[in-house]
Amino acid sequence: MNEDERVVVKLPSRSENVALARVIVAAFASRLDFTVPEAEEISVAVSEAVSNCIIHGYRNGPGLVKLEMAVVGGALEVVVADRGCGIPDVKQARQPAFTTVEERMGLGFVFMESFMDAMTVASRPGRGTRVVMRKRPEREAAKSALSEQCLPDQ
Amino acid sequence: MAGGRVDLRIEADRIGNILLARVEGQLDLSTAPAFRAKLDAELDGGRNLKNLVLNLSRMTFIDSSGLGVILGRYKRISERGGRMVAAGMPNNIMRLFELSGMQKIIPVYSTEAEALKSL
Repeated sequence: MNEDERVVVKLPSRSENVALARVIVAAFASRLDFTVPEAEEISVAVSEAVSNCIIHGYRNGPGLVKLEMAVVGGALEVVVADRGCGIPDVKQARQPAFTTVEERMGLGFVFMESFMDAMTVASRPGRGTRVVMRKRPEREAAKSALSEQCLPDQ
Repeated sequence: MAGGRVDLRIEADRIGNILLARVEGQLDLSTAPAFRAKLDAELDGGRNLKNLVLNLSRMTFIDSSGLGVILGRYKRISERGGRMVAAGMPNNIMRLFELSGMQKIIPVYSTEAEALKSL
C-alpha cells in the first residue's frame, strides 16, 4: 500500500452525492482491515461531513465538495472540504444539539467525533470549511501492539 | 443502491388507528424529503390515524438527517396525541438511536407484532 498516494474527488454539492461519497470512501477504506461495524461508522461520519457542506457550507446552493482520502501511518484519513460560507464559531458548532436549521438534530459533529479516532475542523467565514478525520482499524492496532510485545530483547 | 442513487422504499399499511410503515433502504439527506412527504401524506389522509409503527428491519443506513426526519414525525404525532414506536431495528441503526438519545422518546421493540401490540 502506497502511503504517499492521496485520492481526490470533487463532487457537486447535491444531496444525491452524499451516498456517492459514502460509497467512494468505503471502497477506498477497504484497503485497510476495517470490520463491518467500523466501516459503517466511517460511512456515517462521511455522510455527516458531506451533508454539512451541502446544507451549511453552500446553503443548498451550487458548489463543489472536495473529498480526499489517504492512508497515513496505518490509519484512514478522510478530508471533506468546501469553499462555502464557513462557520463563524467552530466551538459552538461542535456542541451537541447545536443547529441552525429546523428539523435537524445538531448531531453531525457529534457522530463524526464519536465514530472516528480524531477530527479537526478548520473554517474561515466566507472562505469555507475543512474537516479532517482519521480512523485506524482496531485489528491493526491490536496487531501492532502484539508485535511490539513480541519484539525480541535488544 | 446503483450508480450512486439512493434507494428508499416505504410500504404503508393501516391497521385500525395505526399507520404501519415498513422502511427499506437508506435514510439520509437525499431520501429524507421523500420519507417526510410519504408519511405526512399517509397521516393526513387517514382520518382516524393516530399512532405510527416504524418497521426499520430492512433499513440499511441512517445518519443525523434521517434521525431528524424521524424526530419530526414523532413531534407531529405527539402533537396530535398519538404515539410512535419502532420495531426490528438493525444494530447499526440502533446504535445511532441510542447515541442521539432517540430511544428515550421512541420505544423500540424487536418485532413488528410486539410494536403493534404495545399501542
